[in-house]
Amino acid sequence: MSVVIQTGADIALAMLALAMLLCLFRLLRGPSMADRVLALDTLYINSLAGLMVAGVRLDDPTFFDAAIVIGLLGFIGTVAFAKYLLRGDIIE
Amino acid sequence: MRRLIPYPLRSLALLACWLILNQTLHPAHWLLGALLGIALPPALSALTPRVTTLRRAGLALALLGVFIKDIVVANFEVARLILGPESAIRPRFVWVPLGITNEQGIAVLAAMITMTPGTLSADIAPDRRWLLVHAFNVDDEAALIGDIQQRYERPLREIFT
Amino acid sequence: MNSAAWVDWIVAALMVGGAAFALVGSYGLAKLSDFYKRLHGPTKATTLGVGGVLLAACVFFISAGRGGTEQILVALFLFITAPVSAHLLVKAVLSLNAADRPPQPPDDGQGRP
Repeated sequence: MSVVIQTGADIALAMLALAMLLCLFRLLRGPSMADRVLALDTLYINSLAGLMVAGVRLDDPTFFDAAIVIGLLGFIGTVAFAKYLLRGDIIE
Repeated sequence: MRRLIPYPLRSLALLACWLILNQTLHPAHWLLGALLGIALPPALSALTPRVTTLRRAGLALALLGVFIKDIVVANFEVARLILGPESAIRPRFVWVPLGITNEQGIAVLAAMITMTPGTLSADIAPDRRWLLVHAFNVDDEAALIGDIQQRYERPLREIFT
Repeated sequence: MNSAAWVDWIVAALMVGGAAFALVGSYGLAKLSDFYKRLHGPTKATTLGVGGVLLAACVFFISAGRGGTEQILVALFLFITAPVSAHLLVKAVLSLNAADRPPQPPDDGQGRP
């Protein structure tokens, strides 16, 4: 593990952490339900990128399995939320 | 052969996914992956009502190249707009007429429009002849429509027949 | 680990570049004032942001001679699903706020090939 990769990974992790904080801001702020869903969606994608960088930083390929699981679950979660938003509109 | 493996492309893709996921080239995994590749596509065929044959592999590769280049260029453009003043952004909805009729082709086109930052496919008309696209910053509506038709729709129409 | 120095630089640059795009996308999500504008931030974070980081991981593990193909699967899956979730979200919002949806143009064959 060279110093160049270590430093790069640390910088990237710091930037991704900041990105996740910005998502958290939008998640708490709203204002609409769709904004919060969008924020959650972005949050899981950022965390996925973070896991990738952590995998390189710690030199451990196990992290990529976790990334696959997060990708799968995050997508299903977003689709479920979107479906819920769609349902709320139906006048019965 | 045709009866045993009705969907050769899907079977191959499943086998490749299986080997990559297990990070191995062990013969046992080749066997298991091949079994899954043969058994799963017919079982899932009820989900995809119409089978499309893909043609023009060379054209598809060229389209992929254009697509990747567009993603990079458009990403820089949108990054510049986000970092700049918000008043400079002029977003709007645009209806894009569709010449392509194949359902899978329309799905791929919509996904490609969303993947290039700056445009986002929002909805499709019930008769599948218009695609509603939200553009991040557009001055000339006709130029955007022409761009989408020229760059993506025309090749896709030849690939999905 | 005896990989060449320039490979290290490429890996580091791809990681920082990808993270920078993810950061800009999330910044757009937090900064922009309108939902439809905000939608464009995250689609960008997925494409180039995750793409850059994935490429970095790929190069790193291939140059180290230990796999490096799993990441392609993550990228493939993410690139297939991201447009679907974005599309569903806009669809949901448009059905909630019908006034935002522009009227469909009359079907007079104008612009139709």
